[in-house]
Amino acid sequence: MFEDLRDLYQEVIFDHNRNPRNFRVIEDADRKVEGFNPLCGDRLTLYLKMDGDRIADASFQGSGCAISTASVSLMTEIIKDKTEAEAEALFLTFHEMTTGKSEDIQLEAVGKLAVLAGVREYPARVKCATLAWHTLDAALKNQQEAVSTE
Amino acid sequence: MTTFPIERIRADFPILAEKIRGKDLVYLDNAASCQKPDIVIECMNHVYRHDYANIHRGVHTLSVRSTDKYEAAREKVRDFINAESSKEIIFVRGATEAINLIAQTYGKANIKAGDEILITAMEHHSNIVPWQMLCEQTEAVLRVAPMNQVGELLFDDFTQLLNEKTKLVAVVHMSNALGTINPVKDIIAAAHAKDIPVLLDGAQAIPHIPVDVQTLDCDFYVFSGHKLYGPSGIGVLYGKQAFLEAMPPYQGGGDMIRTVTFEKSTYAALPHKFEAGTPAIAEVIGLGAAIGYLNGIGMADIAAYEAELLTYATEQAKQIDGLKIIGEAKDKGAILSFTLGKIHPHDIGTMLDSLGIAIRAGHHCAMPVMEFYGVPATARASFAMYNTKQEIDVLMEGIKSLIKVFG
Ligand SMILES: Cc1ncc(COP(=O)(O)O)c(C=O)c1O
Repeated sequence: MFEDLRDLYQEVIFDHNRNPRNFRVIEDADRKVEGFNPLCGDRLTLYLKMDGDRIADASFQGSGCAISTASVSLMTEIIKDKTEAEAEALFLTFHEMTTGKSEDIQLEAVGKLAVLAGVREYPARVKCATLAWHTLDAALKNQQEAVSTE
Repeated sequence: MTTFPIERIRADFPILAEKIRGKDLVYLDNAASCQKPDIVIECMNHVYRHDYANIHRGVHTLSVRSTDKYEAAREKVRDFINAESSKEIIFVRGATEAINLIAQTYGKANIKAGDEILITAMEHHSNIVPWQMLCEQTEAVLRVAPMNQVGELLFDDFTQLLNEKTKLVAVVHMSNALGTINPVKDIIAAAHAKDIPVLLDGAQAIPHIPVDVQTLDCDFYVFSGHKLYGPSGIGVLYGKQAFLEAMPPYQGGGDMIRTVTFEKSTYAALPHKFEAGTPAIAEVIGLGAAIGYLNGIGMADIAAYEAELLTYATEQAKQIDGLKIIGEAKDKGAILSFTLGKIHPHDIGTMLDSLGIAIRAGHHCAMPVMEFYGVPATARASFAMYNTKQEIDVLMEGIKSLIKVFG
């Protein structure tokens, strides 16, 4: 019945929505930033444990739609063991992929995150996918205040 | 109800023939904004092709024509809400601007530090924020009358909050987030017993319920044209003449003055005192056309037909496992706000959109209502006179299917 939505709601997204990965608090986190999407009321808290400039552990709390939950869940998986610079580069690639500015985005470069490329056809939902990454961006820049997508 | 001319009405709304993602459009986001009948679209088209010029300013034929049509629309609005005089009908951009106008004119002139403004727990942001801004400017206090779990105002608590410090009661006539229709006659009687004026936010009520401002005896009534099958960018502030006369003007400029010198200006009489600058001329005339169209059908028949739709939608919704209706007031307009457990309203909205169904997903500009129910957002299907039971069936089938997909 929802054939048109296959590109947006891929099975991986349903999977991460049902069973979000790294859905926990890191008690001794070095970075903790809140992200908020006022449009839909979604809130998440991102926790990072650093080892020098390497992300040793990442986790999150909060609730949102399937797209935003899957996005943050996938993100916490993929950024683990990345350096700050690598994570920042990933953020930029992800941003380009989801806002569709660049046609010839290297989907291999983003690995599993490619399942979220479908949001670029749904401008109303792009922020759901990017909330996690804007929150990460703030955490990497060591900002304390909450991030808003607006 | 077999006499309600639903087929004819649907044929009058060209957009209803639109295909969305290859499917028939099922438009259920009427509380956000309504679609427009041909007669409104054609009327505005005609204004620009044959009648348009600035109003109240020229002696030439087109200016006279535009002015006549503009003022005729004011008379139509007056008649539609049964105001005593067309001087009491002020054209503004919408309900939001009307409330801001009252806050910044009546409010600033009459509300002082320590005074209280009383609203309810189910207000739209546009009937909260202007009062908070006024409170910041004046150090007045905003008080909020509570509601119960089904979304009904707790009337006793409301009356207990009325006191000698209360300078204004501002209440939503029908809630956009819950559908609740407030007992406005009782609210007004209780407030007037203590000489407190009452503003009704009629943005949602006006397309669904016959409104008679004299019978209600409200002091202010505000609404937007775009929710009344009319154009966007135009709305109405009704105020009792004595209040409007005593209020200072809102904006200064052309059309609102009698004489201007560099030392002092004097203001025009009502209603022009509150209509500074060139207004939304074609939109006002288009709003008049929308009202003419509604009069041809009859607000009482519309209300009865929509009540049937709501009853049907509610019955169907209750048969869906996991669907929770938010807002079950006894007196309720044609709005069905709901949640589906862990399925986020935005996912519901996108899924239904792929089936051609337009609903609203979000906080409905009523964040305090969402907080009250402990949800970040709800999905909302809101009905208009052109909706049908078949469309409700399509909605319910869509909901059942998406529940399966999310499993
Ligand atoms: C109850 C209520 N009040 C006020 C408004 C504000 O109307 P507008 O945005 O047209 O000014 C709305 C519109 O959403 C509403 O539903």
